[in-house]
Amino acid sequence: MSEAEIKHYSINFGPQHPAAHGVLRLVLEMDGEVVDRADPHIGLLHRGTEKLIEYKTYAQAVPYFDRLDYVCPMNQEHAFARAAEKLLGIEAPPRAQYIRVLYDEIGRVLNHILNTTTFAMDVGAITPVLYGFEEREHLLAFYERVSGSRFHAAYYRVGGVAADLPAGLAEDIMAWTERFPKVLDDIETLLDENRIFKMRTVDIGIVSEEQALAWGFTGPNLRASGVPWDLRKAQPYAAYDQMEFDIPVGKNGDCYDRYMVRIEEIKQSLAIMRQAIEKMPTGPVRVDDHKITPPSRAEMKRSMESLIHHFKLFTEGFHVPEGETYTAIETPKGEFAVYLVADGTNRPYRCHIRAPAFPHLQGIDFMSKGHMLADLVANIGSIDIVFGEIDR
Amino acid sequence: MDEFWSGYLWPAILIVLEIAAILVPLLIAIAYLTYAERKVLGAMQLRKGPNVVGPFGLLQPFADGLKLLLKETVVPSGASRAAFIVAPGLTFALALVAWAVIPFSEGWVLANINVGILYLFAISSMGVYGIIMAGWASNSRYAFLGGLRSAAQMVSYEVSIGFVMISVLLCVGSLNLTDIVHAQQRSIWFVIPHLPLFVIFFVSGLAETNRSPFDLVEAEAELVTGYNVEYSSIPFALFFLGEYGNMILMSAIITILFLGGWLPPLRYEPFTWVPGVIWLALKICVLLFGMIWVRATFPRYRYDQLMRLGWKVFLPFSLFWLVLTAGVLEATGWVPK
Repeated sequence: MSEAEIKHYSINFGPQHPAAHGVLRLVLEMDGEVVDRADPHIGLLHRGTEKLIEYKTYAQAVPYFDRLDYVCPMNQEHAFARAAEKLLGIEAPPRAQYIRVLYDEIGRVLNHILNTTTFAMDVGAITPVLYGFEEREHLLAFYERVSGSRFHAAYYRVGGVAADLPAGLAEDIMAWTERFPKVLDDIETLLDENRIFKMRTVDIGIVSEEQALAWGFTGPNLRASGVPWDLRKAQPYAAYDQMEFDIPVGKNGDCYDRYMVRIEEIKQSLAIMRQAIEKMPTGPVRVDDHKITPPSRAEMKRSMESLIHHFKLFTEGFHVPEGETYTAIETPKGEFAVYLVADGTNRPYRCHIRAPAFPHLQGIDFMSKGHMLADLVANIGSIDIVFGEIDR
Repeated sequence: MDEFWSGYLWPAILIVLEIAAILVPLLIAIAYLTYAERKVLGAMQLRKGPNVVGPFGLLQPFADGLKLLLKETVVPSGASRAAFIVAPGLTFALALVAWAVIPFSEGWVLANINVGILYLFAISSMGVYGIIMAGWASNSRYAFLGGLRSAAQMVSYEVSIGFVMISVLLCVGSLNLTDIVHAQQRSIWFVIPHLPLFVIFFVSGLAETNRSPFDLVEAEAELVTGYNVEYSSIPFALFFLGEYGNMILMSAIITILFLGGWLPPLRYEPFTWVPGVIWLALKICVLLFGMIWVRATFPRYRYDQLMRLGWKVFLPFSLFWLVLTAGVLEATGWVPK
């Protein structure tokens, strides 16, 4: 008598699944409730961003970065703006650097609020997400006040930022950083020491230090595994060398640590935001080279040269000297980098984007093997993936 | 003819009227429980909840019901048609049938049978069939997993619920629900001596009715609402009504077993002026509020953790408590005659 063959139960998880965080499609091989293999299928949100950028001027490429990780749009712009500045051999003025730090940290809080609270929702707690989203609305209002747009800001430009902070905005952001810790407390009260939450997250999806490094993890996911690597400290850019902050590091690399690292990073971000506002120097917010940044409107009315500059910038754009650069930024999800190759024309020859969530998603298989279906959902929530940047 | 009238027809009409007198308020209560849940959750989550349809959104449940009635009933092509259609009806019917033995006040009960508890137990055990049938008949992998989970979960928690009930029955000496309340009238509400059991029963009740944090059967984030993924329109509405009916039923059972049923909290005026039905309804409301509160607060258990809680914590404890109760009753001579 031959033994009966036991076939795996395969489940098509997503792309239309409430825990798929966008358009993730996992083909799961299940042994009952236990996940045997999780095979991510990506590409459902592919828009050809990298190729499109090759056909746009440098200034026109910026808005594409808002649409990568749409949870923290400006952080990505920062990477591209810095890459182009590096090739041009210019540096944004100090005030612009501080504004960039301020808005990078707003982006970090935006991202971490979304991730920690939706992670809680993935393990079944429905309330934190509603507390968190109200605060995100305030932050998005700050985005809107500075750029005119809640998400697709296109605020960081090559050579600085689009415009100075409007009057009163810095004070309002400051007031918000004083107010927000109370809301964060409420969220933490519901989750941090909650027994069920800990049962669902502690020792789930453990990523060891070696694994994290081998699989190319960066950002909070790497730090949760115990590696204190943060580009803001390791390779300070913008005004981060002027900021005092700590890098929270986890111990076990499980879902709980990844959650806690993010919560702690929110608190550090608030401190950085306050410092950025306090230390922000006055002065211009764009380089004073009108071959790269547009002249002021008033100047255009009386100066023929400015008018020509304006016309050339918005038709042809600026030319970037030949060269290549790999410029990385610590976005909320990890190391987001732009590999930019310029051939001396007004358009990039190649623009490769290193999205941090892409290697994280590769880890989902080894993280979830042997865990239950519910843990797989927790794992997906805890590695913080957004498909805008994975599929590009 | 006269004998036929007074012997058969009149009692039949009376019973139908009595059933209607139970079911109509019950269905309205179910409708407003969905409204209350959304309002309470809304308040706890710093938002408004339904507030558009009618004053304070009071007509929202009817708008929802009407919407579901007007939807198309989709039966998946791979589904087992008969079971697919029968399952929601079964769930709903069982949620209603159980009310036959619930005493609403002194003497206000449709069927004052001597095995009331056993009847309730049998009915609630059958509740699992509706969900298993739905999960199986849908021919969907998510629904199937939901059905499996539900079967395991409901069976596990019924065991500890059974032992909790036995402990209470030992103190009463009767399976009749009215007698249980009378016993509490003579002594004190059982929630005081049996507080740990009350907690276990409440938690098991959450598990039995598939409520958060035990809502694994319909875990949104994992199974995309589990057993009822494939359902739409009226069958879906029946599942929904059944679930909320079961919540109210479970609260009513807890009230009768532990909170003194229709008895007022103190045996003095002005508490005694209020009719028993009102007290029963108030107690049920408090328990339902607790259930909703839990939903707003807690994450969801994982399948194996839920089983561990049921078999390794609740079952041994309720067994221990059963032995303790029996021992105390025997030693003090309080065993009911």
